[in-house]
Amino acid sequence: MFGAQGTGDTSGYGGLARTAASTGSSERPYGRYFDEVADDLERAYPMFSDAIERVVVDRGELTLHVKREKLVEVSKILRDSLKFEMCMGVSGVNYPADAGRELHAVYPLLSLTNNRRIRLEVSVPDADAHIPSVVEVWAGNNWHERETFDMFGIIFDGHPGLTRILMPDDWQGHPQRKDYALGGIPVEYKGATTPPPNERRSYK
Amino acid sequence: MTTFDPYAPSRDTTEGTVYSVTGGDWDSLVQEIGSTKEERVVVNMGPQHPSTHGVLRLVLELEGETVTEARAGIGYLHTGIEKNMEYRSWTQGTTFVTRMDYLAPLFNETAYCLAVEKLLGITQDVPERASVIRVMMMELNRISSHMVALGTGALELGAISPMFFAFRERETVLDIFEMISGLRMNMAYVRPGGVQQDLPAGAIPKIRDAVKLMRKNFKDNTTLLVGNSIWMKRTQGIGYLDLAGCTTLGITGPVLRSTGLPWDLRKMQPYCGYEDYNFDVITADTCDVYGRFLIRMNELEQSLRIVEQALDKLEKLEGAPVMVADKKIAWPAQLAMGGDGLGNSLNHIREIMGTSMESLIHHFKLVTEGFHVPAGQVYVAIESPRGELGAQVVSDGGTKPYRMHFREPSFNNLQATSAMSEGGMVADIIGAVASIDPVMGGVDR
Repeated sequence: MFGAQGTGDTSGYGGLARTAASTGSSERPYGRYFDEVADDLERAYPMFSDAIERVVVDRGELTLHVKREKLVEVSKILRDSLKFEMCMGVSGVNYPADAGRELHAVYPLLSLTNNRRIRLEVSVPDADAHIPSVVEVWAGNNWHERETFDMFGIIFDGHPGLTRILMPDDWQGHPQRKDYALGGIPVEYKGATTPPPNERRSYK
Repeated sequence: MTTFDPYAPSRDTTEGTVYSVTGGDWDSLVQEIGSTKEERVVVNMGPQHPSTHGVLRLVLELEGETVTEARAGIGYLHTGIEKNMEYRSWTQGTTFVTRMDYLAPLFNETAYCLAVEKLLGITQDVPERASVIRVMMMELNRISSHMVALGTGALELGAISPMFFAFRERETVLDIFEMISGLRMNMAYVRPGGVQQDLPAGAIPKIRDAVKLMRKNFKDNTTLLVGNSIWMKRTQGIGYLDLAGCTTLGITGPVLRSTGLPWDLRKMQPYCGYEDYNFDVITADTCDVYGRFLIRMNELEQSLRIVEQALDKLEKLEGAPVMVADKKIAWPAQLAMGGDGLGNSLNHIREIMGTSMESLIHHFKLVTEGFHVPAGQVYVAIESPRGELGAQVVSDGGTKPYRMHFREPSFNNLQATSAMSEGGMVADIIGAVASIDPVMGGVDR
């Protein structure tokens, strides 16, 4: 445990890191209620093919990859016409190898009326990590977007108060990005500094 | 202006005078605040406050005793579990998730394992006995979690006796957990593919006795609180949040059911075979703290019903496997609890150390490197005592999670604090927060 170098990965298998392959678009029929959801959305939203980049059905779950400019529009249609009343939050995923789309935001949606689930996914480049906020559509996404900003540095434009939520306000960096190493930080208490565990002592 | 008060020193800032109250003589503080013309006071409640369920910080703006603004500050218990899991194998992940919402460890483990199984495509291969054990453990866990919610909620509103009764019942449940898994909390008992070990000999009669005992003992709290006029005055009409508020804020669990909507994932989107059990979804139509309290009280009996049905099933499934048959996923040895309280499997040790080199290699690879999970992402949601607990898991095909995110009901529901308590009295915030039942380990992860 002590004396770990580099990422702090002590499992010994850190070198086996691989890149996640992005799945291609799925073909119709999607199965289950997914065709119905896609049809309803196309009817209610004529710009469907322009806004939805890919439709992926994997392991019995439907994912709509939405262009970020259209996210709020699509969200409102999904909430009002397709009755996805609830958004179960947003979580980020960092794919450093996916050039131009390094940061993904994933929104699981739930329809209480129809008892259905779908998922929205938005991808943005690291250099321009801006996604419009959906807090005006689902107010409960407020803290979730703050957490995703805190952990991944994705800026949700239009959020009522986008500040860090879990990490301290003056924290440097966004911990759950892949380029952020796992490791300890020095602790300051009453004037004394305790180094992080991986730098305290090495049993060499 | 004022003399120095060692218990409540004050300093002037650009925002106004800031008082640091450290206990002791409150009279001088009240006197000093009374001398200012402003009615508006901003109070920091927490993070070290006994009635904020751990380290929750509430920033309250008060006009007299009326709350004009309430904001929750969180993050004091952030432990980076999601990040850490990216550096450990899929099996080791259960050891992390069990520590998130520490009052409902089995729900965290089950949500995580269901997600991993869905990624592996072995959801149908999980043995029935393992699913039944998971259901039984989760329902027992729901009882112990609701008991803490009821006991601490009552304690925070000034009723001490219910807390003693509630923790007595919780102790019964924790003893069962200890008998089955060896641990009372954070047991990492549910594993991808099944459960860590089978029930020990004589477990079923003991659980039956415990169910009987709890059913009798629950009445103590019912008689103390249901219909108690002081309790009702403190909880009725307090912390109001209707269905529209719940849907827009993404609120699930007892708070959503207190609006009259019978939304319970065990019924609506069954998992672990919940469709085979008879139980009722408890609702209330009052949208207030009292309704949520009644829902939790009545869910205890429903959980006992499910536990009894699970025990009947377990008797029929005696000797059936509790882990998937696939040796590339299942833990190499089915450990049994020894007399010393440690899990061991002497036959397995004899095989890998004495007879089969291949078995040893297989054991070594599976335990140190772990199994590979095909690339993809899934979202699995289960009904935890606090609402929808979702596990968003992404795999890149490796032996460790690529990204693990928990949609924690505590984290989401805590956002309702402002909606529930603004415009009310400062003393009612306690009841409102207690009715959300946030667990800070889950909120901050």
